[in-house]
Amino acid sequence: MDILITGILLGGTYALIAMGLNLQYGVARIMNLANGEVLVAGGYFAFIAYTSTQLSPVLTIFVVAPIAFGLNWLIYVLMLQPLVSRAKNRGQLERDSILATFGLSFIGVGLMLSFFGGDYFSYSFLAVPVELLGNTYGANRVLSFVMAVVICGALYLWLNRSRAGLAIRAIATAPASARLVGIDVKNLSALAFALGGAVTAVGGALISTYLTLDASTGVVFTLKALIIVIMGGVGDVRGTIVAALLLGVLETVVASLLDPGLTLAAAYVMFLGILLFRPQGLFGKKVT
Amino acid sequence: MSLTGTDTRNVLLATLGFGVCALLPFADTGYWLGLGVTIAMFTALATSWALFSGPTHYISLATAAFFGVGTYVTGLGIETLPFWALVGLAGLIGAGLAALVGLATLRLSGVYFVIFTLGLAELVRQVITWVQNNTGQKGLYVLTDLDEAGIYWWLLGLCAAVFLTGWLIGRSRLGFALRIIGDDEIVAAHSGINTARAKILLFMVPGAVAAMTGAILAPRYVYIEPSLAFAPILSFQVVIMALLGGASRLWGPVVGVIPFTFLLETVSSNFPNQTTLVIGVAFLVIVYLLPNGFVGLLDKVLHRTKANEVT
Repeated sequence: MDILITGILLGGTYALIAMGLNLQYGVARIMNLANGEVLVAGGYFAFIAYTSTQLSPVLTIFVVAPIAFGLNWLIYVLMLQPLVSRAKNRGQLERDSILATFGLSFIGVGLMLSFFGGDYFSYSFLAVPVELLGNTYGANRVLSFVMAVVICGALYLWLNRSRAGLAIRAIATAPASARLVGIDVKNLSALAFALGGAVTAVGGALISTYLTLDASTGVVFTLKALIIVIMGGVGDVRGTIVAALLLGVLETVVASLLDPGLTLAAAYVMFLGILLFRPQGLFGKKVT
Repeated sequence: MSLTGTDTRNVLLATLGFGVCALLPFADTGYWLGLGVTIAMFTALATSWALFSGPTHYISLATAAFFGVGTYVTGLGIETLPFWALVGLAGLIGAGLAALVGLATLRLSGVYFVIFTLGLAELVRQVITWVQNNTGQKGLYVLTDLDEAGIYWWLLGLCAAVFLTGWLIGRSRLGFALRIIGDDEIVAAHSGINTARAKILLFMVPGAVAAMTGAILAPRYVYIEPSLAFAPILSFQVVIMALLGGASRLWGPVVGVIPFTFLLETVSSNFPNQTTLVIGVAFLVIVYLLPNGFVGLLDKVLHRTKANEVT
């Protein structure tokens, strides 16, 4: 029970990060491998804000989100859109975007290393116990989870109820046909990419309240987010959330019962299962 | 199998080139030989990488995983088996692992493959660390009487084998099938090519070569531990070198290996903290400025001069 709740709490934040990636990959068609660095940057921001001005991470995210949105929008328009327009087919875009975002990822790590050094960073925010169903958990974990649920919920409603959300889902389903019904694919893709970056950075700010990060941990989060997105199905919000919770629980089970050093192995086992049995994702329809 | 005049000329030139390279240890046994070992190592890794990724366009980041497995084969077996047997064994294990990874991912789209290989080195590292923690073992000592020159010759031999394999694959039915897959996978499948099988077979080549490279280089490290043997950065360096040179030709990657090795050498000795930044910029240069590598650039220039001659 204890493990299950800790896992769900962790999974909530994973869901947020994976939602960010899913917006970028599902809509903007960019497999963003620099996603983890955006997350770590968000974490750094929260860390600096808290240690220098005692600004609570809950408030920091309102600063982090617009900055990350703007930066990601610029990255998309300046660097990734040219790749989208020059690509002759989906495969070429995938290859180009993978290489370009690898470049961005390494540059991100390099910049953070030179500004902040390679040390781990952590701060103590709301490190008080909270009692839930007979066990105690860190208040920072619970708060992060609640924030993640709120943000995921808002995104879900926005995607499913608003006009822009409908257009974005249309692009995710059929980018070529979306243009035919008068959807501005170019601008909305940029919007979705920027939004995805903002969501990820917020996830980073939240996760930094209870996990220790350093400049080069980004890739681990990228990998986990990718596994979640593939497991949940590209462009599928519901699947992403279920997959994120599953990964959170599985990781916590492995970490507490087997060895904390094997969490990535746990994620891989899950990934392998998906690849072998349901490559179309948990709720995806079989492609014939 | 018959050799045309150009083939004979190429074989002679290649043999001559390798002969000259093999003389390096007699000229210098310090800095330049060290650099020679690095270049030979990356030549073997990048050329075998391009053998797979050139025709299939799949980006493999598994090099570090296979390399690490190779170093561990030497590390564990050096007390009981002769060195040459360990190198061969590493090759077999590498090929076997590559086949397993290929079976799981190469039947699906390329993205799954990239993601799977991205974390592969880290995965194997975690598992080995866990096993070591549970058995109370820490690192491994590899003590041999193999010196730097010996390692260099071993690597050079491996490079020669890689080139020969690449050349033979290019002439075989498999090579022909792969060229069709590279052009259009659907067409390939419709003309009766088992695309998954061809890709898996081909992926075993870089798997085996990377493991053998690791096995050969293990004596250079003397002391092997997981974080050293499975450094993920190796995979990225190989990708950059191969693509910088150009993966469309057998000799393409070498053209990328040599300048990039010098560049990294200079950067890491002068600005040791900026290597990640350099790697990042290199990726962007490949995507935006040199999409087909130096080979592509050369082709373009040659094409232009030829067109000018005609007019």
